[in-house]
Parts: sequence; C-alpha cells; structure tokens
Amino acid sequence: MPLDADTLRRFYREMLLCRRFEEKAAQSYGQEKIHGFCHLYIGQEAVAVGSILAGRPDDYVIATYREHAHALVKGCDPGAVMAELYGKGTGVSKGFGGSMHLFNAEKRMMGGHGIVGGHSALAIGMAFSSRYKKEDSVTFCYLGDAAVNQGAFHESLNLAALWKLPVIFIVENNLYGMGTAASRAIAGDIIKRGEMYGIPSEVVDGMDIFAMYDASKRAVDRARADGTPSFLEARCYRFRGHSMSDPGNYRTKEEVAREQARDPIELLRKHMLEQNIEPEAWFKALDKEIRAIVQKAADFADQSPEPDLSLIDAFVYT
Amino acid sequence: MAELSFREALNQAIAEEMERDPRVFILGEEVAEYDGAYKVTQGLLKRFGPQRVLDTPISETGFTGLGIGAAMTGLRPIVEMMTFNFSFVAFDQIVNNAAKLRYMSGGQVSIPMVIRGPNGAAHMLGAQHSHSVEAIYGHIPGLKVCIPSTPKDAKGLLKSAIRDENPVLVLESEMLYSLRGEVPDGEYLIPLGKGEIIHDGGDVTIVTLGKMRYVALEAAKELASEHNIQAEVIDLRSVRPMDEQIVLDSVRKTNRCVVVEENWPFCGIGAQITYLLQHEAFDSLDAPVERVTSRDVPMPYADNLERLVLPRKEHVIDAVRKVLYL
Repeated sequence: MPLDADTLRRFYREMLLCRRFEEKAAQSYGQEKIHGFCHLYIGQEAVAVGSILAGRPDDYVIATYREHAHALVKGCDPGAVMAELYGKGTGVSKGFGGSMHLFNAEKRMMGGHGIVGGHSALAIGMAFSSRYKKEDSVTFCYLGDAAVNQGAFHESLNLAALWKLPVIFIVENNLYGMGTAASRAIAGDIIKRGEMYGIPSEVVDGMDIFAMYDASKRAVDRARADGTPSFLEARCYRFRGHSMSDPGNYRTKEEVAREQARDPIELLRKHMLEQNIEPEAWFKALDKEIRAIVQKAADFADQSPEPDLSLIDAFVYT
Repeated sequence: MAELSFREALNQAIAEEMERDPRVFILGEEVAEYDGAYKVTQGLLKRFGPQRVLDTPISETGFTGLGIGAAMTGLRPIVEMMTFNFSFVAFDQIVNNAAKLRYMSGGQVSIPMVIRGPNGAAHMLGAQHSHSVEAIYGHIPGLKVCIPSTPKDAKGLLKSAIRDENPVLVLESEMLYSLRGEVPDGEYLIPLGKGEIIHDGGDVTIVTLGKMRYVALEAAKELASEHNIQAEVIDLRSVRPMDEQIVLDSVRKTNRCVVVEENWPFCGIGAQITYLLQHEAFDSLDAPVERVTSRDVPMPYADNLERLVLPRKEHVIDAVRKVLYL
C-alpha cells in the first residue's frame, strides 16, 4: 500500500533530526563537551526510523550503544538526550548512563547497552512480559552485525522461537564490527542465523526507508497477531568511524563514497521531489527548523548542571 | 510449628508468593515437568500451570537475561540455577545487566528478581561443580546475596527476596535440602541483611554463613565440652547487605573473632570482616582475626582430597585456640 504524504514527511523529519543531532554531537565531542565513547549513527538513519515508526508508542525498543537515533525516534527529548551525552543531570538517564545507556522507561526506550549481544536476552524478557500480561506490545531489539557471533544472541533467538515471543531482532549490518569486516568475522550468511531457528527472516535494504518500513510492518503484524518473532538483516552503512576515535582506515575512500551515494535521507528527498510531495523550499525550511532544535538541545545540555553529587548512591538499590 | 525439610520450606515460600502475587513466576532447567532437579519446585507446575512455571533449555545466559528483561517491565521472576556453578555462564547478565540497569538508567527501571539454587560443594562433584559464589557475587553493588542454612531461614529469606525490588541471589545448598527443621506456621519473613546469634558464649566470636554454620556449631559444642571455651556463633544469613552490627556487638564483648566460610581465602568474606573489625573495633581486639576457609585450590575429586579442602571442625577449634593464645 502506498504511504501517504504525511508519513513521508515524518520519515524525512525524523531522519534529518537524527542526522543533524549526530553532527552536533560530533562537533561537541571535538569541543570536548562530550567525553568517553560516542558512536554515531550517521548513514543508518533509515533503519531506526523505518522500523520504530512501523510500531506503536507502547512497543519496547532496546538497542546497542549506537542508539542516539533510536532514543530520538522513540520520542525522547533531544535536549535530554544531548544532556546525557554531556554527562548532565538533566539527561535522559540523569547523567548516570551516558551515550551508550540512554533510557526513558516511560517512552519504553529500554536502553542502549554496552555489551555486544547481551541485551538480546533482555529483549526476549520484555517480549515475554507483554505476552504474560496479555498486552499486544512488541519489542524491537537492535543489534550490530558483530553480535550474531555472540552466545547470548543465539540463546535469545532460540528461546524467542521456542516460546513464540513477540520480538523483532533487527541486525544493523553496517559491514564492520568496529574495524573488522563482517566477511572476516562471520561464517556463512547472517540471514541463515534467523532462518535456522525457524524465525521468519528477511534481508532488507537498510538505506531504503520504504523497504525498512514495509519489512518492519510485516514483522510487527506477525508479532501482534500471535507472538511470532522476526529477524531482519538491515544492510546499511555507517558513514563515520566506529566511534569518535576511529579514523576508519580499514575502509577505502571509494567504498565510503559509493555508500554515501546511497544516503537514505538523500534518497527520500529525491523521491519526495520527484513525486511533487514537497518543493525544494520545504526541505530548506525544515533543515533550518531541525538545526534550530538541535542547537537548542546543545544549548540546553551546555547550560544544564552536572548531576547532583548527593545522588551518587541513590540508584544502586531501591 | 511444623517440621519441614529445607526443600519443602523453599517450595512453600515460592508457592505462597506465587499465590499472593500473579506477577511472580519461576523458570529454569527442569523446574516444571521434572519437578525440579532437587525437587524444590515439586508440584508447582500442576498448581500454577505452564504460563508461570517454565522449563527452559540449558541456556543460562538466555533465561537469566529473559528474567531480567521481564523484571524491567513489571514482572517478578524467580530464576532457578540448577546449581550456582552454572551462573557463571550467565555472569554477564547478572553483573552487567541485573546489577547495573537501575543505576545506569538513573533509577528508571528496577529488577525485582530472584536467582536461586544450590551453592558450594556437595560431595565429590569435582572442580566445576563445587563453587561457593557468595564472595564473588557479594562483591557487586546492585546485587543482594543471602544464604539460608535452616528450613526456617530458607522460607523466610526466600519470601523476603521475592518481595524485594532488587535482584537477590538466594544461595541454597545441595547438602541441606533434606535437612529437617521447625518452620513457623503462617506468614513470616526474615529480613535480608540480618544475622542471628545461634550459640551463646562470651570467650570468642565465630562468624559463619551457609552450611558452614554446622561446622561452626559442632566446633562450638566441642569447645564448650572439651575445652571450657564458650563461643558466640553468628550466622550472617546475608552477605550483602551484611549485618555488621551483630558482628561488632559480639566482638566488642568477646574481643576475639574467627570467621568460618566455604569460600576461598583471597578476597573472601573473612577478609571483609577482618577489615571491618580492625576499622571499627580495633581497640576491642585482643588477637588478630583468624579465618577458616576452603583451601586455595580448585576442588579435587577424590574423597580424601576433598575433605582436605573443606573447612572442618578441627580447623575451627584450632583457630579459636589460636585467637585465645592457647
């Protein structure tokens, strides 16, 4: 079914917000306002946006440490996300999590997680919860391609299939686990790792938001109908290094340029122009608006206080 | 008062809490159709059904993580480890997730979850099936750890653990499951973090936990009858939070302390208590604190070697005589 114009506008807006947010984060990192690890999502926007928007607000999202975009699309306030990156008390996790651990339980953003593959087991627990409580919410679990070699990933797929848990595993295959090409790390095809558990599995062009949205919708429908889990391998590419400290010397300039030509935001923009959905001026105005939102987020983070020292022990136990 | 076995007391605790709170469920290897590898979960499947009593594959990482994810989203899982040796397969889930999610989310999610199962050596199970994990897990902020040693404590502590809003490890013992003892009728809870004086005396304090309680008690009896030494024996019952006050109060009275535990000596519970005493009761101590621990080796298989590794009554008596300069 063709998507209506408002949905396309929403896609574009969300992807652009993610892109501009990450560009600002990179700039702030350069200015030493953000420290620690900081993994940018630039290039992969269609994956988070296309999938999360195929779900509902009461669906759970759990992601890796490259999760700024997932938090934003899930409805977290950009200022609170940026403040978390800055280590401020106004951050989504009150400055206790950081770039890799963005939580907003109310919005059902159940965290970025720092151990590759480990959170896939949490995802099946969240899906189990939905089923136990007879709710029809589903869980989106994002993983990098490198996670498919971890035991936790396999144990989670096995249990999800065995117990029919409404979870959608989305492997964001950006071709590299840090600096190691997937071809040097993964035996066989990633997609077979979903298929072998009898889980409906699909390879998706993760640079194409329409493909991402369609595949996600199908997965969501299956999960809501009877708890069937799904496995999507979203083929995508990160335009920047693994983290801020990575110059990306393991990739050729030609490869990066070739992938950048498939920029998911640019692809959607061209489509919307060709289909006369919006004129050039709309995109310019939107970019201006988004840049202002992101600047406001950075200013908020800048001006926010650090976490109150008295809270240091507050969250260890209830 | 009814006389129950340790495993029956645990079974009652689980059943009562499942009856009381529909969010409580139990999962693990062989807990349902097999009725529990050690029969702790006997009859629960029949009573509560397969939605709440779930057999898992041998997949500790997967089902422990599943429990944590369920706890994050409002349920109250009890995860059974067939033995705590297997918890090391799920170490990442327990340490990086159960213990950390509340903290790193700034208090937004809680993990009201119990991980329970037998801990420590049984008899001739060899190096990979004989671990005492209380010091390892006690080290980690965000976890609570308790270690009941009587049927009464088993029921009361497990019920408290199930009602706690934090991840609690309940360390049982294969050697104690058949032990019988008085269990109060009706509802009762034993709070986490409260020790108990289980033998009165004024000459020396023996601090112990888990099934070492029985080694310490045996020693205390012989010390009284053969050596005219009156030992005050404290069963800590919880490792974290630890009842430091009960230890300090006792040592301020006796001025001497021996710690008896099944852990290895390095960074063990006794090391922690020794630190506590030199820091908080330095002027009360008339002798250096002695520790009785397992020998610092992986557990050997042969019967005579195993007995050489585990703390025995004689070790405790020797240590007590040492702190009394006898």
